[in-house]
Amino acid sequence: MSEQLAVWPMLFLLGAYHGINPGMGWLFAVARGMQEHRMRAVAWSLPPIALGHALSIGVVVLIVGLAQVALPLMYIRIGVAVALVGLGVYKLIHSRHFHWGGMQVGFRELTIWSFLMASAHGAGLMVLPVVLAGPHAHCHIASQGAAGGVWATLIHTLGYFTVTAAAALLVYQKFGLAMLRRSWFNLDLIWAIALVVTGFVALLV
Amino acid sequence: MSIWRPDPTFYPSPKMAMQAPAEKLAFVAMLNGKNNGRHDALGVVDVDPASSGYGHIVGQVDMPNAGDELHHFGWNACSACLCPHAPHPHVERRYLVVPGINSSRIHIIDTMPDPRKPQIVKVIEPETLAARTGYASPHTIHCGPDGIFVSALGAPDGGGPGGIFVMDHESFDVLGKWELDRGPQNLAYDFWWHLGFDTVITSEWGTPSMVNRGVNPEILLSGGYGHKLHVFDLIKRRHQQELDLGSEYQMALELRPAHDPTRAYGFLGVVVSLKDLSASVWLWHRDNGKWGIKKVIEIPAEPADPATLPPLLQGFKAVPPFVTDINLSLDDRFLYVSCWGTGEFLQYDVTDPFHPRKTGSVHLGGIVRKAAHPKQPKTPLNGAPQMVELSRDGKRIYFTNSLYSPWDAQFYPEGIRSWMVKLDAKPEGGMEIDPKFFVDFGELRGHQVRLEGGDASSDSYCYS
Repeated sequence: MSEQLAVWPMLFLLGAYHGINPGMGWLFAVARGMQEHRMRAVAWSLPPIALGHALSIGVVVLIVGLAQVALPLMYIRIGVAVALVGLGVYKLIHSRHFHWGGMQVGFRELTIWSFLMASAHGAGLMVLPVVLAGPHAHCHIASQGAAGGVWATLIHTLGYFTVTAAAALLVYQKFGLAMLRRSWFNLDLIWAIALVVTGFVALLV
Repeated sequence: MSIWRPDPTFYPSPKMAMQAPAEKLAFVAMLNGKNNGRHDALGVVDVDPASSGYGHIVGQVDMPNAGDELHHFGWNACSACLCPHAPHPHVERRYLVVPGINSSRIHIIDTMPDPRKPQIVKVIEPETLAARTGYASPHTIHCGPDGIFVSALGAPDGGGPGGIFVMDHESFDVLGKWELDRGPQNLAYDFWWHLGFDTVITSEWGTPSMVNRGVNPEILLSGGYGHKLHVFDLIKRRHQQELDLGSEYQMALELRPAHDPTRAYGFLGVVVSLKDLSASVWLWHRDNGKWGIKKVIEIPAEPADPATLPPLLQGFKAVPPFVTDINLSLDDRFLYVSCWGTGEFLQYDVTDPFHPRKTGSVHLGGIVRKAAHPKQPKTPLNGAPQMVELSRDGKRIYFTNSLYSPWDAQFYPEGIRSWMVKLDAKPEGGMEIDPKFFVDFGELRGHQVRLEGGDASSDSYCYS
């Protein structure tokens, strides 16, 4: 029971961690506001950015959720761990920079951008160890696995959206972008390390 | 190499970049215009007024081959790395990408750890450039959100088309030709962009064979040099629109888009009009999704005694202004214009870009006037204001006096003695020559200037 209770806050916090990264969405929302000189452009950018992120997480979680019907949990855990460590090490060695599209974006482009950005960072993979530790991890019925996956995605996205929206609105309205120069830490580097660490955690939990 | 925090020389907006500390060093392309087998070099000039070396060349790196004709150059990375759609601010502004316009050789020069002792770390040979891109004579360098963009005058055989190619900003590999559809565009020269509008603007000079033996009077008088701008979609890499000034206007060269990414306008310097030898500055602007262009400044030719003119100009009995370079302050307020013929350097307030207001003028050198510098008031100067660079805070202006060696020889046949000067800009308009700053390049010739940490033509911004 305690295991189940811990999973939802963990998913929410992971979403918050993804959201705080300037490269993952809030900065784009701020830029849209600045380009159009209005707060509404910031607000309108947030739903597609969150939707793209949710799709990226959801696809990975659903695939693994369905795989559980066919495969023993241990196999999946090992597979996820290998993928996480592999991606983390790759990112530590190659600092490839993600880029897609431009600054003139509508709902569709922002959704695609956010989906690709989250996918390129392995955001869905990073969530998997938590999902696999959750209440639906041991079910072997496809519909229940899918329902668990949807819930996990929604809670994660809620954490992501809360932080992304707060950061975008606060930076646009109040703090301004000067802070970027000092406090935009290299989250990609931390991210790569986090991927490796969660890979090992996936094996242990 | 990744670093933990953004490079401190990156600024989200041009407004913030204006708060940057004053530069202490300037990098200057120094070419050997004498064809004597000696090599071009990149020079480091001390621009710190508190330093004992102020106004002197304090470092130099020679190119490995002769005959490069160093011209324009630029940084590997800049404030565009902060752009939200392609964020990667944890790279360093460290390497200068320095092409030779004659040799088509590209040098990557490391300015760290000691910027006074820059070192060549990679050389891209012209064969590699030709094989990967089909281009030759690399010209303008801009660090973009997702790579280093370089314009090229033409093809390896000296003909067209010219265009843009992209280099990887970490490995410096030449990635390939940028355009997917160039439309009617054939000639190339400068380019820059409006990042906020995903739009690239390109300008026109001539193919390598049209320019590398000097200005060709036949091509010029038939209106054969460039007189158009081209608008491209930055993301789709497709030609969108052509802006034709009319063939009377010859050599549509330097492009200075507004630095504020929300402003969709910019300035173009045009060298000469065939009608009356005047020079002009044009404003391109966006209106309801379409781009238009309009002449906003005209600078007339000055009547002159033919005996004081080089052979090419004697028949015209006038000295043309020849606007060869322009620059725009980071607040988009002051536009600077170099007149390489008459030896005048002009400042305009372009707060209203459609109605520039002249706010300053300084004379140095010039084909006829040969105006002296206050440091050596009795020595007439030749050459004239040309490549101009402006500090990020807009307070200091630097320029050199050589253009391009085959053209230098036509308009200053006595041989250019090259110099670099500095002016101080007053906050509300007006300029004064700094009497203490006068760099004599000796046997070499100074061309483009880049300031340590960035300047008014090195960076582009995604936030206003």
